[in-house]
Amino acid sequence: MSKFRKEGGKELPEISTASLPDIVFMLLFFFMVSTTMRDVELNVSYVQPQAKELTKLEKKDLVSNIHVGVPLRKYQKTFGTESRIQLNDQFATVDDIQSFIASEREARKEELRNKLTTSLKVDRYTKMGIIVDIKQELRKASALKLNYSALQGADEK
Amino acid sequence: MADIAFLLLIFFLVSTTMDVDTGIYKKLPPIPEDQTNDEEVKVKKRNVLAILVNRNDELLVNGELLDISQLREKTKEFILNPNNSEDLPEKQVKTIPYFGDVMVSKGLVSLQNDRGTSYEMYIRVQDELAIAARELKDEKAMSKWGKVYSELDDEQQEAVKKYVPMAISEAEPKNVGGKR
Repeated sequence: MSKFRKEGGKELPEISTASLPDIVFMLLFFFMVSTTMRDVELNVSYVQPQAKELTKLEKKDLVSNIHVGVPLRKYQKTFGTESRIQLNDQFATVDDIQSFIASEREARKEELRNKLTTSLKVDRYTKMGIIVDIKQELRKASALKLNYSALQGADEK
Repeated sequence: MADIAFLLLIFFLVSTTMDVDTGIYKKLPPIPEDQTNDEEVKVKKRNVLAILVNRNDELLVNGELLDISQLREKTKEFILNPNNSEDLPEKQVKTIPYFGDVMVSKGLVSLQNDRGTSYEMYIRVQDELAIAARELKDEKAMSKWGKVYSELDDEQQEAVKKYVPMAISEAEPKNVGGKR
């Protein structure tokens, strides 16, 4: 009979927790790699022009972006394939820029309002007509600090 | 295992950069307060470098068809006027800290583009002008202090800026080269 009696081996062996930190790390990495920081959903696609004499935009919280580019394919039926302006999350027209600037100012603290920079992110094949209209509107809204967003181009030697 | 994970973690921490926005910084001129005052400031023709860009992205600089690659040299020559030639800008004597009494160019760059000009071309022109200005400043800073402009302190930078003024005026665009 004693042959069949189990001695002390009755309870299940404990699961080893030695690999738990690895799992946690793996999750951490997964989220680190897959997360992108982006505040607006882009409805237009643009390729920025290249330039060599660039300055960096230091204070990101004092920058308001205006995107100009070709609407994404799903919007092309309604908005066409010409370059369009995007403010915040929607398509806009030149007339909306003044109110956009006003609302951007409203969102900042009072003492920082005149330090706002407008960053124009424009597709390289856009025609200047639309840019000129935007610039006129910005002047009317007295948002005079302007940044033409561009990428670092290769040095020609 | 945990060590490897830490190594990876630290590697990514160090190598990741938040994408910084870069671009060409410009200040727009404010809209003049009273609209009645629309008399244009008279500037002599020799003091103006007129750059026209048409809808085919071609450059016309003072009536002469130029390639974009020549613009930088042209601008520098315009501002410096090394031979005091008659059709390049006049100079006037100015007293500038560090430099003393020097001849400063009265040149002005005027940029005008068509509504059909591509944005890329516009940026390239702006970029070339900015490079020309920077190189002129670097030259002056080099000969005076043996350093490039960006390494000077604020007062010195201010002085160099006065020595080689780079005024760019952007005219209202018009349809150069045919209607759309």
